[in-house]
Amino acid sequence: MSDSVPAGRGASARDSAPVMRERRSPWRWLGIAAVVIGLAWIAFQILTNPGFEWDVVGKYMLHPQVLRGVGMTLWLTLLVMVMGTVIGIIVAVMRLSNDPILNGTAVAFVWFFRGTPVLVQLVFWYNLAAIFPDVSLGIPFGGPKLFEISATVAISSFTAALLGLGFNEGAYMAEIIRAGLTSVDHGQTEASRALGHRPAQTFRVIVLPQAMKAIIPPTGNQVIGMLKYTSLASVVALGELMHSVETIYSRTFQTMPMLIVAALWYLILVSILSVVQYYIERHYSRGWKTQANAAL
Amino acid sequence: MFDVSTGAPLVRATDIWMNRGSNTVLKGVSIEARKGEVIALLGPSGAGKSTLLRCLNAIEMADRGLVEVEGEIIGCEKVGEDYVRLPEKQVARQRAEIGMVFQNFNLFPHLSVLQNIIDAPMRVRGMKKADAVKLAHDLLARVRLSDKADAYPRHLSGGQQQRIAIARALAMNPKVMLFDEPTSALDPHLTDEVLDVIRELAETGMTMIIVTHEVAFARDVAHTVAVMGEGTIMEIGPPDEVLRAPKDPRVQTFLARALKEMAR
Repeated sequence: MSDSVPAGRGASARDSAPVMRERRSPWRWLGIAAVVIGLAWIAFQILTNPGFEWDVVGKYMLHPQVLRGVGMTLWLTLLVMVMGTVIGIIVAVMRLSNDPILNGTAVAFVWFFRGTPVLVQLVFWYNLAAIFPDVSLGIPFGGPKLFEISATVAISSFTAALLGLGFNEGAYMAEIIRAGLTSVDHGQTEASRALGHRPAQTFRVIVLPQAMKAIIPPTGNQVIGMLKYTSLASVVALGELMHSVETIYSRTFQTMPMLIVAALWYLILVSILSVVQYYIERHYSRGWKTQANAAL
Repeated sequence: MFDVSTGAPLVRATDIWMNRGSNTVLKGVSIEARKGEVIALLGPSGAGKSTLLRCLNAIEMADRGLVEVEGEIIGCEKVGEDYVRLPEKQVARQRAEIGMVFQNFNLFPHLSVLQNIIDAPMRVRGMKKADAVKLAHDLLARVRLSDKADAYPRHLSGGQQQRIAIARALAMNPKVMLFDEPTSALDPHLTDEVLDVIRELAETGMTMIIVTHEVAFARDVAHTVAVMGEGTIMEIGPPDEVLRAPKDPRVQTFLARALKEMAR
Protein backbone atom coordinates (compact mmCIF):
# COMPACT_ATOMS: atom_id res chain seq x y z
CA MET A 1 0.00 0.00 0.00
CA SER A 2 1.30 3.43 -0.94
CA ASP A 3 2.04 5.95 1.81
CA SER A 4 -0.28 8.51 0.26
CA VAL A 5 -3.34 6.26 0.60
CA PRO A 6 -4.82 6.39 4.08
CA ALA A 7 -5.75 2.88 5.18
CA GLY A 8 -9.48 2.13 5.16
CA ARG A 9 -10.49 5.27 3.26
CA GLY A 10 -12.02 5.30 -0.20
CA ALA A 11 -10.39 8.34 -1.77
CA SER A 12 -6.79 8.50 -3.01
CA ALA A 13 -4.79 10.44 -5.56
CA ARG A 14 -5.65 8.82 -8.95
CA ASP A 15 -2.03 8.82 -10.14
CA SER A 16 -0.82 6.58 -7.36
CA ALA A 17 -3.00 3.58 -8.38
CA PRO A 18 -1.15 0.98 -10.51
CA VAL A 19 -1.94 1.21 -14.25
CA MET A 20 -3.16 -1.87 -16.12
CA ARG A 21 -2.19 -2.36 -19.76
CA GLU A 22 -3.12 -4.93 -22.44
CA ARG A 23 -0.71 -7.83 -22.98
CA ARG A 24 1.07 -7.39 -26.35
CA SER A 25 1.43 -10.39 -28.64
CA PRO A 26 4.56 -10.74 -30.85
CA TRP A 27 2.23 -11.98 -33.63
CA ARG A 28 0.66 -8.53 -33.73
CA TRP A 29 3.74 -7.15 -35.57
CA LEU A 30 3.68 -9.94 -38.12
CA GLY A 31 -0.02 -9.22 -38.77
CA ILE A 32 0.60 -5.51 -39.26
CA ALA A 33 3.43 -6.25 -41.68
CA ALA A 34 1.25 -8.62 -43.74
CA VAL A 35 -1.59 -6.09 -43.97
CA VAL A 36 0.74 -3.25 -44.95
CA ILE A 37 2.39 -5.32 -47.70
CA GLY A 38 -1.02 -6.45 -49.01
CA LEU A 39 -2.42 -2.90 -49.10
CA ALA A 40 0.74 -1.57 -50.76
CA TRP A 41 0.46 -4.17 -53.53
CA ILE A 42 -3.22 -3.33 -54.13
CA ALA A 43 -2.46 0.41 -54.22
CA PHE A 44 0.44 -0.20 -56.60
CA GLN A 45 -1.76 -2.19 -58.96
CA ILE A 46 -4.59 0.34 -58.87
CA LEU A 47 -2.23 3.21 -59.63
CA THR A 48 0.03 1.59 -62.22
CA ASN A 49 -1.92 -1.21 -63.97
CA PRO A 50 -3.24 0.32 -67.21
CA GLY A 51 -6.02 -2.34 -67.39
CA PHE A 52 -8.10 -0.40 -64.85
CA GLU A 53 -8.46 2.50 -67.30
CA TRP A 54 -9.35 5.00 -64.59
CA ASP A 55 -9.95 7.74 -67.16
CA VAL A 56 -12.79 5.60 -68.60
CA VAL A 57 -14.17 5.01 -65.11
CA GLY A 58 -14.18 8.77 -64.50
CA LYS A 59 -15.79 9.49 -67.85
CA TYR A 60 -18.68 7.04 -67.31
CA MET A 61 -19.34 7.48 -63.56
CA LEU A 62 -21.85 10.27 -64.27
CA HIS A 63 -22.81 9.18 -67.82
CA PRO A 64 -26.59 9.70 -68.36
CA GLN A 65 -27.17 6.05 -69.20
CA VAL A 66 -25.37 4.94 -66.02
CA LEU A 67 -27.35 7.46 -63.93
CA ARG A 68 -30.61 6.21 -65.47
CA GLY A 69 -29.49 2.70 -64.46
CA VAL A 70 -28.81 3.87 -60.89
CA GLY A 71 -32.26 5.45 -60.77
CA MET A 72 -33.91 2.27 -62.05
CA THR A 73 -31.97 0.12 -59.55
CA LEU A 74 -33.16 2.32 -56.66
CA TRP A 75 -36.75 2.43 -57.92
CA LEU A 76 -36.90 -1.34 -58.42
CA THR A 77 -35.33 -1.99 -55.01
CA LEU A 78 -37.88 0.30 -53.36
CA LEU A 79 -40.89 -1.28 -55.09
CA VAL A 80 -39.65 -4.84 -54.49
CA MET A 81 -39.09 -4.14 -50.80
CA VAL A 82 -42.54 -2.55 -50.40
CA MET A 83 -44.13 -5.49 -52.20
CA GLY A 84 -42.03 -7.99 -50.24
CA THR A 85 -42.86 -6.36 -46.89
CA VAL A 86 -46.61 -6.23 -47.56
CA ILE A 87 -46.63 -9.86 -48.71
CA GLY A 88 -44.35 -10.74 -45.78
CA ILE A 89 -46.67 -9.22 -43.16
CA ILE A 90 -49.73 -10.93 -44.65
CA VAL A 91 -48.04 -14.31 -44.96
CA ALA A 92 -46.46 -14.07 -41.47
CA VAL A 93 -49.82 -13.28 -39.85
CA MET A 94 -51.41 -16.14 -41.81
CA ARG A 95 -48.61 -18.44 -40.70
CA LEU A 96 -49.21 -17.57 -37.03
CA SER A 97 -52.98 -18.00 -37.28
CA ASN A 98 -54.69 -21.05 -35.79
CA ASP A 99 -56.72 -21.55 -38.95
CA PRO A 100 -55.28 -24.60 -40.77
CA ILE A 101 -56.19 -23.25 -44.23
CA LEU A 102 -54.47 -19.89 -43.71
CA ASN A 103 -51.51 -21.55 -42.04
CA GLY A 104 -51.15 -24.19 -44.77
CA THR A 105 -51.37 -21.61 -47.56
CA ALA A 106 -48.63 -19.54 -45.91
CA VAL A 107 -46.36 -22.57 -45.47
CA ALA A 108 -46.86 -23.54 -49.14
CA PHE A 109 -46.14 -19.99 -50.33
CA VAL A 110 -42.86 -19.78 -48.44
CA TRP A 111 -41.90 -23.31 -49.47
CA PHE A 112 -42.38 -22.57 -53.17
CA PHE A 113 -40.97 -19.06 -53.50
CA ARG A 114 -38.03 -19.66 -51.20
CA GLY A 115 -37.35 -23.05 -52.72
CA THR A 116 -36.88 -22.02 -56.35
CA PRO A 117 -34.00 -19.82 -57.59
CA VAL A 118 -34.97 -16.17 -57.99
CA LEU A 119 -33.29 -16.11 -61.42
CA VAL A 120 -35.60 -18.93 -62.57
CA GLN A 121 -38.64 -17.04 -61.21
CA LEU A 122 -37.60 -13.88 -63.05
CA VAL A 123 -37.20 -15.59 -66.40
CA PHE A 124 -40.39 -17.55 -65.75
CA TRP A 125 -42.47 -14.39 -65.31
CA TYR A 126 -40.80 -12.83 -68.35
CA ASN A 127 -41.84 -15.79 -70.48
CA LEU A 128 -45.32 -16.15 -68.97
CA ALA A 129 -46.87 -15.63 -72.38
CA ALA A 130 -45.57 -19.06 -73.41
CA ILE A 131 -48.09 -20.84 -71.14
CA PHE A 132 -50.70 -18.11 -70.59
CA PRO A 133 -51.01 -16.11 -73.84
CA ASP A 134 -53.71 -13.94 -72.30
CA VAL A 135 -54.02 -12.56 -68.79
CA SER A 136 -57.64 -12.10 -67.80
CA LEU A 137 -59.86 -11.49 -64.80
CA GLY A 138 -63.15 -13.40 -64.59
CA ILE A 139 -64.71 -16.74 -63.64
CA PRO A 140 -62.11 -19.53 -64.08
CA PHE A 141 -62.61 -22.77 -66.05
CA GLY A 142 -64.17 -21.06 -69.07
CA GLY A 143 -66.58 -18.63 -67.39
CA PRO A 144 -67.19 -15.04 -68.51
CA LYS A 145 -64.24 -12.62 -68.45
CA LEU A 146 -64.37 -9.12 -67.05
CA PHE A 147 -61.02 -8.01 -68.34
CA GLU A 148 -58.47 -9.46 -70.71
CA ILE A 149 -55.01 -8.43 -71.87
CA SER A 150 -52.29 -10.12 -73.87
CA ALA A 151 -49.54 -11.45 -71.60
CA THR A 152 -46.81 -10.07 -73.83
CA VAL A 153 -48.26 -6.62 -73.20
CA ALA A 154 -48.93 -7.13 -69.48
CA ILE A 155 -45.51 -8.58 -68.65
CA SER A 156 -42.80 -6.06 -69.47
CA SER A 157 -39.18 -6.36 -68.30
CA PHE A 158 -40.16 -4.25 -65.34
CA THR A 159 -43.24 -6.24 -64.25
CA ALA A 160 -41.31 -9.51 -64.68
CA ALA A 161 -38.51 -8.17 -62.46
CA LEU A 162 -40.95 -6.78 -59.91
CA LEU A 163 -43.00 -9.99 -59.69
CA GLY A 164 -40.00 -12.33 -59.69
CA LEU A 165 -38.03 -10.42 -57.06
CA GLY A 166 -41.13 -9.29 -55.10
CA PHE A 167 -42.65 -12.75 -54.51
CA ASN A 168 -39.25 -14.15 -53.62
CA GLU A 169 -38.60 -11.29 -51.22
CA GLY A 170 -42.09 -11.75 -49.75
CA ALA A 171 -41.22 -15.32 -48.80
CA TYR A 172 -38.02 -14.24 -47.02
CA MET A 173 -39.67 -11.24 -45.35
CA ALA A 174 -42.49 -13.50 -44.11
CA GLU A 175 -39.96 -15.60 -42.21
CA ILE A 176 -38.19 -12.53 -40.81
CA ILE A 177 -41.48 -10.93 -39.69
CA ARG A 178 -42.77 -14.18 -38.22
CA ALA A 179 -39.60 -14.53 -36.14
CA GLY A 180 -39.99 -10.91 -35.00
CA LEU A 181 -43.63 -11.33 -34.01
CA THR A 182 -42.97 -14.50 -32.03
CA SER A 183 -40.11 -12.75 -30.19
CA VAL A 184 -42.64 -10.46 -28.44
CA ASP A 185 -43.68 -11.80 -25.03
CA HIS A 186 -47.22 -13.19 -25.01
CA GLY A 187 -47.95 -11.16 -21.87
CA GLN A 188 -47.87 -8.04 -24.05
CA THR A 189 -50.75 -9.35 -26.15
CA GLU A 190 -52.68 -10.29 -23.02
CA ALA A 191 -52.19 -6.90 -21.39
CA SER A 192 -53.28 -5.18 -24.59
CA ARG A 193 -56.41 -7.35 -24.91
CA ALA A 194 -57.23 -6.80 -21.22
CA LEU A 195 -57.23 -3.03 -21.84
CA GLY A 196 -59.89 -3.45 -24.52
CA HIS A 197 -57.74 -3.12 -27.64
CA ARG A 198 -59.24 -4.78 -30.71
CA PRO A 199 -57.05 -7.46 -32.38
CA ALA A 200 -55.89 -5.05 -35.10
CA GLN A 201 -54.96 -2.43 -32.48
CA THR A 202 -53.07 -5.00 -30.41
CA PHE A 203 -51.11 -5.96 -33.51
CA ARG A 204 -50.42 -2.45 -34.79
CA VAL A 205 -49.84 -0.57 -31.52
CA ILE A 206 -48.35 -3.17 -29.19
CA VAL A 207 -46.92 -6.22 -30.98
CA LEU A 208 -45.58 -4.89 -34.28
CA PRO A 209 -43.57 -1.95 -32.86
CA GLN A 210 -41.87 -4.31 -30.43
CA ALA A 211 -41.29 -6.89 -33.14
CA MET A 212 -39.60 -4.16 -35.24
CA LYS A 213 -36.59 -4.32 -32.96
CA ALA A 214 -36.03 -7.90 -34.14
CA ILE A 215 -37.27 -7.29 -37.70
CA ILE A 216 -35.21 -4.23 -38.69
CA PRO A 217 -31.64 -5.62 -38.65
CA PRO A 218 -32.33 -8.62 -40.94
CA THR A 219 -34.56 -6.42 -43.11
CA GLY A 220 -31.70 -3.95 -43.56
CA ASN A 221 -29.67 -6.92 -44.67
CA GLN A 222 -32.42 -7.83 -47.14
CA VAL A 223 -32.58 -4.29 -48.59
CA ILE A 224 -28.84 -4.26 -49.14
CA GLY A 225 -29.01 -7.74 -50.65
CA MET A 226 -31.94 -6.75 -52.86
CA LEU A 227 -30.13 -3.65 -54.15
CA LYS A 228 -27.57 -6.01 -55.64
CA TYR A 229 -30.04 -8.77 -56.59
CA THR A 230 -31.78 -6.29 -58.89
CA SER A 231 -28.75 -6.78 -61.17
CA LEU A 232 -30.37 -10.14 -62.04
CA ALA A 233 -33.04 -8.14 -63.86
CA SER A 234 -30.44 -7.45 -66.52
CA VAL A 235 -31.18 -10.93 -67.90
CA VAL A 236 -34.71 -9.79 -68.79
CA ALA A 237 -33.23 -6.65 -70.38
CA LEU A 238 -34.40 -4.20 -67.71
CA GLY A 239 -32.33 -0.99 -67.88
CA GLU A 240 -31.00 -1.02 -64.32
CA LEU A 241 -27.39 -0.28 -63.35
CA MET A 242 -25.86 -3.61 -64.39
CA HIS A 243 -27.70 -3.68 -67.71
CA SER A 244 -26.62 -0.09 -68.42
CA VAL A 245 -22.92 -0.85 -68.01
CA GLU A 246 -23.32 -4.10 -69.98
CA THR A 247 -24.86 -2.17 -72.84
CA ILE A 248 -21.98 0.29 -72.79
CA TYR A 249 -19.12 -2.25 -72.61
CA SER A 250 -20.66 -4.48 -75.27
CA ARG A 251 -20.28 -1.47 -77.55
CA THR A 252 -16.90 -0.09 -76.36
CA PHE A 253 -15.28 -3.35 -75.07
CA GLN A 254 -14.09 -1.47 -71.97
CA THR A 255 -15.37 -4.28 -69.74
CA MET A 256 -13.18 -3.84 -66.66
CA PRO A 257 -13.60 -0.09 -66.15
CA MET A 258 -17.35 -0.36 -66.71
CA LEU A 259 -17.61 -3.13 -64.09
CA ILE A 260 -15.69 -0.85 -61.73
CA VAL A 261 -18.23 1.91 -62.42
CA ALA A 262 -21.05 -0.48 -61.46
CA ALA A 263 -19.19 -1.76 -58.37
CA LEU A 264 -18.47 1.79 -57.16
CA TRP A 265 -22.11 2.78 -57.56
CA TYR A 266 -23.32 -0.30 -55.66
CA LEU A 267 -20.79 0.45 -52.89
CA ILE A 268 -21.94 4.07 -52.63
CA LEU A 269 -25.62 3.10 -52.46
CA VAL A 270 -24.99 0.33 -49.90
CA SER A 271 -22.97 2.75 -47.74
CA ILE A 272 -25.84 5.25 -47.71
CA LEU A 273 -28.33 2.49 -46.84
CA SER A 274 -26.12 1.32 -43.96
CA VAL A 275 -26.22 4.79 -42.42
CA VAL A 276 -30.02 4.92 -42.80
CA GLN A 277 -30.29 1.49 -41.19
CA TYR A 278 -28.28 2.69 -38.18
CA TYR A 279 -30.73 5.52 -37.50
CA ILE A 280 -33.81 3.32 -37.96
CA GLU A 281 -32.41 0.72 -35.55
CA ARG A 282 -31.73 3.44 -33.01
CA HIS A 283 -35.32 4.67 -33.31
CA TYR A 284 -36.83 1.24 -32.62
CA SER A 285 -34.64 0.50 -29.61
CA ARG A 286 -36.39 3.23 -27.57
CA GLY A 287 -37.11 1.99 -24.06
CA TRP A 288 -34.34 -0.61 -24.24
CA LYS A 289 -31.46 1.79 -23.81
CA THR A 290 -29.76 2.25 -20.48
CA GLN A 291 -30.77 5.23 -18.36
CA ALA A 292 -27.61 7.18 -19.27
CA ASN A 293 -28.13 6.86 -23.03
CA ALA A 294 -31.85 7.58 -22.79
CA ALA A 295 -31.09 11.09 -21.63
CA LEU A 296 -29.30 11.88 -24.89
CA MET B 1 -63.54 -1.11 5.68
CA PHE B 2 -65.76 -0.09 2.77
CA ASP B 3 -69.40 -1.14 3.15
CA VAL B 4 -70.37 -3.58 0.46
CA SER B 5 -73.69 -2.98 -1.27
CA THR B 6 -76.42 -5.55 -0.83
CA GLY B 7 -77.97 -5.50 -4.31
CA ALA B 8 -77.47 -7.90 -7.21
CA PRO B 9 -73.90 -9.13 -7.72
CA LEU B 10 -71.69 -7.00 -9.98
CA VAL B 11 -69.69 -10.00 -11.17
CA ARG B 12 -71.16 -13.45 -11.30
CA ALA B 13 -69.41 -16.58 -12.55
CA THR B 14 -71.62 -19.65 -12.73
CA ASP B 15 -70.48 -23.25 -13.10
CA ILE B 16 -67.20 -22.58 -14.90
CA TRP B 17 -65.51 -25.64 -16.41
CA MET B 18 -62.20 -25.51 -18.19
CA ASN B 19 -59.99 -28.16 -19.73
CA ARG B 20 -56.39 -27.68 -20.66
CA GLY B 21 -55.28 -30.65 -22.68
CA SER B 22 -56.33 -33.72 -20.70
CA ASN B 23 -56.33 -31.71 -17.43
CA THR B 24 -59.55 -30.33 -16.01
CA VAL B 25 -58.32 -27.13 -14.33
CA LEU B 26 -61.73 -25.77 -13.30
CA LYS B 27 -64.50 -28.10 -12.20
CA GLY B 28 -67.73 -26.15 -12.01
CA VAL B 29 -66.59 -23.08 -10.06
CA SER B 30 -69.18 -20.44 -9.11
CA ILE B 31 -68.36 -17.14 -7.44
CA GLU B 32 -70.04 -13.75 -6.99
CA ALA B 33 -68.72 -10.30 -6.20
CA ARG B 34 -71.02 -7.47 -5.11
CA LYS B 35 -70.23 -3.83 -5.79
CA GLY B 36 -67.36 -2.68 -3.59
CA GLU B 37 -66.50 -6.20 -2.47
CA VAL B 38 -62.87 -7.37 -2.27
CA ILE B 39 -62.43 -11.09 -2.79
CA ALA B 40 -59.08 -12.79 -2.17
CA LEU B 41 -58.46 -16.06 -3.99
CA LEU B 42 -55.98 -18.21 -2.08
CA GLY B 43 -54.78 -21.72 -2.66
CA PRO B 44 -51.78 -23.80 -3.70
CA SER B 45 -50.31 -23.35 -7.17
CA GLY B 46 -52.17 -25.36 -9.77
CA ALA B 47 -55.47 -24.87 -7.93
CA GLY B 48 -56.96 -22.95 -10.87
CA LYS B 49 -57.00 -19.46 -9.26
CA SER B 50 -55.33 -17.65 -12.16
CA THR B 51 -57.29 -19.59 -14.75
CA LEU B 52 -60.56 -18.61 -13.05
CA LEU B 53 -59.47 -14.98 -13.01
CA ARG B 54 -58.53 -15.08 -16.70
CA CYS B 55 -61.94 -16.53 -17.56
CA LEU B 56 -63.63 -13.56 -15.89
CA ASN B 57 -62.46 -11.15 -18.61
CA ALA B 58 -62.44 -13.80 -21.35
CA ILE B 59 -58.67 -13.59 -21.84
CA GLU B 60 -59.19 -17.33 -21.75
CA MET B 61 -62.51 -18.85 -22.75
CA ALA B 62 -64.18 -21.29 -20.38
CA ASP B 63 -65.46 -24.51 -21.94
CA ARG B 64 -68.69 -24.36 -19.93
CA GLY B 65 -70.35 -21.86 -17.64
CA LEU B 66 -71.19 -18.18 -17.81
CA VAL B 67 -69.51 -15.01 -16.61
CA GLU B 68 -71.69 -11.93 -16.19
CA VAL B 69 -70.74 -8.37 -15.31
CA GLU B 70 -73.74 -6.19 -14.40
CA GLY B 71 -75.92 -8.86 -15.98
CA GLU B 72 -74.13 -8.77 -19.35
CA ILE B 73 -72.68 -12.11 -20.43
CA ILE B 74 -68.93 -11.81 -21.08
CA GLY B 75 -67.39 -13.38 -24.19
CA CYS B 76 -70.52 -14.94 -25.66
CA GLU B 77 -74.16 -14.31 -26.49
CA LYS B 78 -77.31 -16.38 -26.34
CA VAL B 79 -78.53 -17.50 -29.76
CA GLY B 80 -81.73 -19.50 -29.34
CA GLU B 81 -80.88 -22.15 -26.75
CA ASP B 82 -77.13 -22.03 -27.40
CA TYR B 83 -74.35 -19.75 -26.26
CA VAL B 84 -72.08 -18.63 -29.11
CA ARG B 85 -68.73 -16.87 -28.73
CA LEU B 86 -68.77 -13.19 -29.58
CA PRO B 87 -66.41 -11.76 -32.21
CA GLU B 88 -63.14 -10.53 -30.65
CA LYS B 89 -64.08 -6.92 -31.45
CA GLN B 90 -67.13 -7.05 -29.18
CA VAL B 91 -65.30 -8.95 -26.43
CA ALA B 92 -62.70 -6.15 -26.55
CA ARG B 93 -65.43 -3.62 -25.73
CA GLN B 94 -66.46 -5.76 -22.74
CA ARG B 95 -62.87 -6.17 -21.54
CA ALA B 96 -62.46 -2.39 -21.47
CA GLU B 97 -64.81 -2.41 -18.44
CA ILE B 98 -62.71 -4.98 -16.57
CA GLY B 99 -59.28 -3.95 -15.32
CA MET B 100 -56.52 -6.53 -15.02
CA VAL B 101 -53.12 -6.46 -13.33
CA PHE B 102 -50.62 -9.20 -14.11
CA GLN B 103 -47.92 -10.97 -12.13
CA ASN B 104 -45.22 -9.80 -14.56
CA PHE B 105 -46.67 -6.26 -14.90
CA ASN B 106 -46.71 -6.49 -18.72
CA LEU B 107 -46.14 -2.78 -19.19
CA PHE B 108 -45.46 -1.89 -22.83
CA PRO B 109 -41.67 -1.46 -22.93
CA HIS B 110 -41.62 0.63 -26.13
CA LEU B 111 -43.94 3.26 -24.62
CA SER B 112 -43.18 5.74 -21.85
CA VAL B 113 -45.07 5.53 -18.57
CA LEU B 114 -47.42 8.31 -19.68
CA GLN B 115 -48.05 6.66 -23.06
CA ASN B 116 -48.70 3.34 -21.31
CA ILE B 117 -51.48 4.98 -19.32
CA ILE B 118 -53.10 7.27 -21.92
CA ASP B 119 -53.09 4.89 -24.90
CA ALA B 120 -56.16 2.79 -24.07
CA PRO B 121 -58.35 5.69 -22.81
CA MET B 122 -57.63 7.54 -26.07
CA ARG B 123 -57.69 4.63 -28.50
CA VAL B 124 -60.44 2.51 -26.94
CA ARG B 125 -62.60 5.15 -25.26
CA GLY B 126 -61.88 8.02 -27.68
CA MET B 127 -60.83 10.35 -24.87
CA LYS B 128 -59.16 13.64 -25.88
CA LYS B 129 -55.40 13.70 -25.35
CA ALA B 130 -55.46 16.63 -22.91
CA ASP B 131 -58.07 14.87 -20.75
CA ALA B 132 -56.19 11.57 -20.87
CA VAL B 133 -52.93 13.24 -19.84
CA LYS B 134 -54.64 15.00 -16.93
CA LEU B 135 -56.22 11.71 -15.84
CA ALA B 136 -52.82 9.98 -16.10
CA HIS B 137 -51.16 12.61 -13.88
CA ASP B 138 -53.94 12.24 -11.29
CA LEU B 139 -53.46 8.46 -11.29
CA LEU B 140 -49.66 8.75 -11.12
CA ALA B 141 -50.07 10.95 -8.05
CA ARG B 142 -52.35 8.31 -6.56
CA VAL B 143 -49.73 5.58 -6.96
CA ARG B 144 -47.07 8.09 -5.78
CA LEU B 145 -45.05 8.08 -9.02
CA SER B 146 -45.71 11.60 -10.31
CA ASP B 147 -42.07 12.08 -11.29
CA LYS B 148 -41.95 9.00 -13.54
CA ALA B 149 -44.33 10.08 -16.34
CA ASP B 150 -41.55 10.29 -18.94
CA ALA B 151 -39.57 7.25 -17.80
CA TYR B 152 -39.59 3.98 -19.70
CA PRO B 153 -40.75 0.84 -17.84
CA ARG B 154 -37.33 -0.79 -18.05
CA HIS B 155 -35.84 1.93 -15.85
CA LEU B 156 -38.30 1.35 -13.00
CA SER B 157 -38.16 -1.14 -10.12
CA GLY B 158 -40.63 -4.02 -10.09
CA GLY B 159 -42.74 -2.30 -7.44
CA GLN B 160 -42.86 0.91 -9.45
CA GLN B 161 -43.77 -1.00 -12.62
CA GLN B 162 -46.62 -2.77 -10.87
CA ARG B 163 -47.98 0.52 -9.50
CA ILE B 164 -47.87 1.96 -13.05
CA ALA B 165 -49.70 -1.15 -14.27
CA ILE B 166 -52.40 -0.50 -11.66
CA ALA B 167 -52.65 3.14 -12.79
CA ARG B 168 -52.92 1.97 -16.42
CA ALA B 169 -55.81 -0.35 -15.57
CA LEU B 170 -57.55 2.34 -13.48
CA ALA B 171 -57.33 4.83 -16.37
CA MET B 172 -60.09 2.85 -18.11
CA ASN B 173 -62.36 3.49 -15.11
CA PRO B 174 -63.20 -0.22 -14.86
CA LYS B 175 -66.21 -1.64 -13.04
CA VAL B 176 -64.06 -4.34 -11.46
CA MET B 177 -60.32 -4.93 -11.06
CA LEU B 178 -58.73 -8.36 -11.38
CA PHE B 179 -55.29 -8.90 -9.83
CA ASP B 180 -53.32 -12.00 -10.87
CA GLU B 181 -50.68 -12.51 -8.15
CA PRO B 182 -49.68 -8.83 -8.24
CA THR B 183 -46.76 -9.19 -5.81
CA SER B 184 -45.44 -12.67 -6.63
CA ALA B 185 -42.62 -11.33 -8.83
CA LEU B 186 -41.51 -8.75 -6.25
CA ASP B 187 -38.93 -8.65 -3.45
CA PRO B 188 -40.52 -8.49 0.03
CA HIS B 189 -39.65 -4.79 0.52
CA LEU B 190 -41.25 -3.90 -2.84
CA THR B 191 -44.35 -5.98 -2.09
CA ASP B 192 -45.58 -3.57 0.57
CA GLU B 193 -45.63 -0.49 -1.69
CA VAL B 194 -47.88 -2.36 -4.12
CA LEU B 195 -50.12 -3.80 -1.40
CA ASP B 196 -50.55 -0.29 0.07
CA VAL B 197 -51.86 0.97 -3.28
CA ILE B 198 -54.30 -1.96 -3.53
CA ARG B 199 -55.42 -1.36 0.07
CA GLU B 200 -56.15 2.31 -0.65
CA LEU B 201 -58.06 1.24 -3.75
CA ALA B 202 -60.22 -1.07 -1.61
CA GLU B 203 -61.09 1.88 0.64
CA THR B 204 -62.44 3.82 -2.35
CA GLY B 205 -64.98 1.05 -2.94
CA MET B 206 -63.42 -0.54 -6.02
CA THR B 207 -64.70 -4.06 -6.61
CA MET B 208 -61.66 -6.32 -6.73
CA ILE B 209 -60.85 -9.99 -7.16
CA ILE B 210 -57.27 -10.69 -6.09
CA VAL B 211 -55.32 -13.91 -6.60
CA THR B 212 -52.59 -13.78 -3.98
CA HIS B 213 -50.30 -15.75 -1.71
CA GLU B 214 -50.27 -12.97 0.93
CA VAL B 215 -52.51 -14.48 3.61
CA ALA B 216 -52.06 -11.56 6.01
CA PHE B 217 -53.01 -9.07 3.28
CA ALA B 218 -56.10 -11.12 2.42
CA ARG B 219 -57.12 -11.13 6.10
CA ASP B 220 -56.74 -7.34 6.40
CA VAL B 221 -58.24 -6.17 3.12
CA ALA B 222 -60.66 -8.78 1.76
CA HIS B 223 -64.35 -8.95 2.63
CA THR B 224 -64.41 -12.50 1.36
CA VAL B 225 -61.70 -15.12 1.16
CA ALA B 226 -61.99 -18.12 -1.14
CA VAL B 227 -59.52 -20.99 -0.88
CA MET B 228 -59.23 -22.98 -4.10
CA GLY B 229 -57.79 -26.42 -4.66
CA GLU B 230 -57.90 -28.95 -7.50
CA GLY B 231 -60.15 -26.82 -9.67
CA THR B 232 -62.82 -26.12 -7.06
CA ILE B 233 -63.49 -23.59 -4.33
CA MET B 234 -62.86 -25.61 -1.18
CA GLU B 235 -64.03 -22.97 1.27
CA ILE B 236 -65.38 -19.44 0.96
CA GLY B 237 -66.53 -16.87 3.50
CA PRO B 238 -65.44 -13.89 5.62
CA PRO B 239 -61.69 -13.96 6.41
CA ASP B 240 -62.33 -14.48 10.12
CA GLU B 241 -64.13 -17.75 9.49
CA VAL B 242 -62.09 -19.12 6.61
CA LEU B 243 -58.64 -18.18 7.85
CA ARG B 244 -59.13 -18.70 11.57
CA ALA B 245 -61.39 -21.73 11.69
CA PRO B 246 -61.42 -23.54 8.35
CA LYS B 247 -63.69 -26.57 8.23
CA ASP B 248 -62.17 -28.38 5.24
CA PRO B 249 -59.07 -30.39 6.31
CA ARG B 250 -57.32 -29.57 2.97
CA VAL B 251 -57.77 -25.86 3.68
CA GLN B 252 -56.37 -26.38 7.18
CA THR B 253 -53.26 -28.04 5.72
CA PHE B 254 -52.81 -25.29 3.10
CA LEU B 255 -53.19 -22.46 5.64
CA ALA B 256 -50.86 -24.10 8.16
CA ARG B 257 -48.19 -24.33 5.46
CA ALA B 258 -48.81 -20.76 4.22
CA LEU B 259 -48.57 -19.31 7.73
CA LYS B 260 -45.37 -21.24 8.43
CA GLU B 261 -43.81 -19.76 5.27
CA MET B 262 -44.91 -16.27 6.31
CA ALA B 263 -43.23 -16.65 9.69
CA ARG B 264 -39.96 -17.63 8.01
